[in-house]
Amino acid sequence: MDLYTITRQFADSWALLALFLVFLGVVLWAFRPGSRRVHDDISNIPFRHEDKPAPAEEA
Amino acid sequence: MWDYVKLAVLGAIAVLAAIAANYARDLAYMVNAMTVMLAAAVTFLWVLRRVGEDHPEPVHEYNDGVVRAGVIATSLWGVVGFLVGVTIAFQLAFPALNFSELTHGYLNFGKLRPLHTSAVIFAFGGNALIMSSFYIVQRTSAARLWGGNLAWFVFWGFQLVIVLAATGYILGATQSKEYAEPEWYVDWWLTVVWVAFLAVFLGTIVKRKEPHIYVANWFLLSFIVTVAMLHVVNNLSIPVSIWGSKSVQVFAGVQDAMTQWWYGHNAVGFFLTAGFLGMMYYFVPKQAERPVYSYKLSIIHFWALIFLYIWAGPHHLHYTALPEWASTLGMVFSIILWMPSWGGMINGLMTLSGAWDKLRTDPIIRMMVVSIGFYGMSTFEGPMMSIKAVNSLSHYTDWTIGHVHSGALGWNGMITFGALYFLVPKLWKRERLYSLTLVSWHFWLATIGIVLYAASMWVTGIMEGLMWREVDDQGFLVNAFADTVSAKFPMYVVRGMGGVLYLTGAIIMVYNLWATVAKQPATASVSTPVPAE
Repeated sequence: MDLYTITRQFADSWALLALFLVFLGVVLWAFRPGSRRVHDDISNIPFRHEDKPAPAEEA
Repeated sequence: MWDYVKLAVLGAIAVLAAIAANYARDLAYMVNAMTVMLAAAVTFLWVLRRVGEDHPEPVHEYNDGVVRAGVIATSLWGVVGFLVGVTIAFQLAFPALNFSELTHGYLNFGKLRPLHTSAVIFAFGGNALIMSSFYIVQRTSAARLWGGNLAWFVFWGFQLVIVLAATGYILGATQSKEYAEPEWYVDWWLTVVWVAFLAVFLGTIVKRKEPHIYVANWFLLSFIVTVAMLHVVNNLSIPVSIWGSKSVQVFAGVQDAMTQWWYGHNAVGFFLTAGFLGMMYYFVPKQAERPVYSYKLSIIHFWALIFLYIWAGPHHLHYTALPEWASTLGMVFSIILWMPSWGGMINGLMTLSGAWDKLRTDPIIRMMVVSIGFYGMSTFEGPMMSIKAVNSLSHYTDWTIGHVHSGALGWNGMITFGALYFLVPKLWKRERLYSLTLVSWHFWLATIGIVLYAASMWVTGIMEGLMWREVDDQGFLVNAFADTVSAKFPMYVVRGMGGVLYLTGAIIMVYNLWATVAKQPATASVSTPVPAE
């Protein structure tokens, strides 16, 4: 088989499956138990350091 | 020491550019080489005057100087781009306005059209994206921009790209790829600037003080990385001579077409969508003073958009030499894109839930909401037009142009105006905008302008598509091409009027922003004092 056919068949089988599973994994991870608290915290990031950076020492 | 390295490099560039101008094989190349020489010489002098001076990096404040420069550049390039747009709209309605005799064809529609598209997408939109990336990544990382003056290099380097591209188009340097017209040396320079942009952005994220990366930064990072990839692959070309602007594409035929529209559609997907969504996810919550409606939805919005958009390009090549399966793939992925697009629209709009009263009192939030509305409308229209049966009517007609402008004027333009109104009082430490009444004027002029534009293009596009396919009972085509041209005249005038309204709104905005800074006292020093430790 020529390279074109091999890569195309790989792309529309295993690669497609892998990408789809990664996507499903990302969605499931977003809905993991306990994520609400983390997400509430992240979504408030824009309201914390309006005027100047966080002090260097503080982690 | 570092200063001397810079001086040596800049001097070498200036001399090489002078040599290049001397050996130039065509006018565009010569003018571009002289522009580079001038830019290198000016930068050389600027560095020379500061040699040996000590400029400690103020680590306790954000680097906002480069954002202020970006705000000015965005506003001015916006007006220039809209003005060229209005000009070419009237050139289409009244061909005499080409003034071909007078200008020897240098200002014909064909020359000005890429000037318009590049000015609004890359000069206006690009500067808006770069300056809001720099603003957002600092605030959401709680860290000063990484790389010191590298951010300034990105800003000025990008302006040089714009000037080289624009003068090149007029003088005839173009590789004839839509939205990727600049020739090889401009492409190489943009690659350098873009890598620096990526470095500044990533460097700032790496040294962030917040444990998490806010969703706006995900969108902005995907925009920077994907545009780098698209730009490099679509501009693979070999210069005919290093002393000339002409280059030859590496790909040919249908492969070249597919590469071009893989690039072209993802320029829409990652430059005009993902990048501007990054702006939406920061500026809308800030202006509404409440966090984004659903952070989970924003994560799903991001990943769904990233996984789907990259495949939608083939819908630009329905009924061409492109294989049927590729064309169908592009159509299917375009239609699935409805879901993340509308998910994102709902997320943006619902951020206002509980604060809908602000729509009555705050014209800036009104602008942002209309912008998200247009995002929803144009991402509904686009997938619909990618369906092969619809595309057989809409393709090559003005419907496409109407669709592009409801996205560009409505979504990209309005969210950028909202961001500019948000940023100027903050960046120049003014208490408020000069006039909210003028913002309202801008809002209504722009909105009515877009409605005139989109409506006239729907009418003329569908009419033109129907006229092209009309056959009589003998099976002969009824209309000549020129029949459609003359039938379109009234709609072209209406479209031009819509453009005039939109341009007027932008000019009012520039005045308002200028007056905000010039006619009001500062509430604090623009450069915040460093606290004693």
